[in-house]
Amino acid sequence: MIQPPYDSLICRRTVRMLVPMVQIFAVYVLFFGQYGPGGGFVAGVMFAASVVVDLLVFGDREETRQAAERLLASDGVGLLIFAGIGGLCLIGGGAYLDYSGLVIPGLDEAERRHLAILLTQAGVGIDIAIASISIVFSLWRAGETGDEHA
Amino acid sequence: MTYSFELPLLLLLLLTAGAAIVAKDLLSAVLLLGSYSFFLALVWAWLGAVDVAFVEAVVGAGLATVFFLLTLFNAGKGGIRFRKASPPLAALFVLPLLAGLLLYAANDLPQFGDPQAPASVHISPEYLTKAYAETETTNIVTAVLMDYRALDTLVETVVVFTSGIACWLLLRRGSE
Repeated sequence: MIQPPYDSLICRRTVRMLVPMVQIFAVYVLFFGQYGPGGGFVAGVMFAASVVVDLLVFGDREETRQAAERLLASDGVGLLIFAGIGGLCLIGGGAYLDYSGLVIPGLDEAERRHLAILLTQAGVGIDIAIASISIVFSLWRAGETGDEHA
Repeated sequence: MTYSFELPLLLLLLLTAGAAIVAKDLLSAVLLLGSYSFFLALVWAWLGAVDVAFVEAVVGAGLATVFFLLTLFNAGKGGIRFRKASPPLAALFVLPLLAGLLLYAANDLPQFGDPQAPASVHISPEYLTKAYAETETTNIVTAVLMDYRALDTLVETVVVFTSGIACWLLLRRGSE
């Protein structure tokens, strides 16, 4: 079993500096996935990686645990965004996930598709991030309870 | 020299993959697998598939390694080292035969970068010519993933969602 908090000044300092930068870069990757490499999937995994690094170095703190539990219970919000946009397309008169069916006044068809791609990518990113963090927390907890039984 | 970059990368790939199989304890095998993923990401980037390289680097070298490590640490000291059973003798003959067959079949594949290859003439030209006008998205990979093939991506997202739920149900049972 790992013994966090990891007792190294260099490691803790580096991670404290690195985590916000990785998170900002994840947001950048999400919003610029339409212009360069990247997109929702990578952004979500990246955001999850920053949280996981924090967990590995600083350990499972009690104050963050409560917030994390509440957040992880919302697994599926991203999926709801993605599928919901598909449903909105149906309401607008198009096929499922045919973004030209989104009825947004003032936007022509290409702009609607552009916006819908961005929103669905955000949905994918949220879903992937929460699912990855949830898996890591599950593995972490499994080790803790296993230790108690041993 | 045309292959000055490809050949060392291929060697490193084979080396790390072989070492991950041969390694005596699972911890070093996991770390070798992570470096294998990183070299594979370099290969993807070299071939021009930057999006795939991105995912391979972040997921293969990053997150998957963390999953493996956490599992190993949970398994305790006894789970990290293990005694390997020697492979069956038949594998020694059958696997090289299979490799030879596959290499023979690979001769019939189209050349890399061939514009007349069946994969490049079927629907790719349509995406390449129309994607920007239809979606205002310069990264055509994103346009294909999130618009033209959005249903595939939706189901992939469902798969990830399901894996998260399954891990929760399997690993946290009784902890609440």
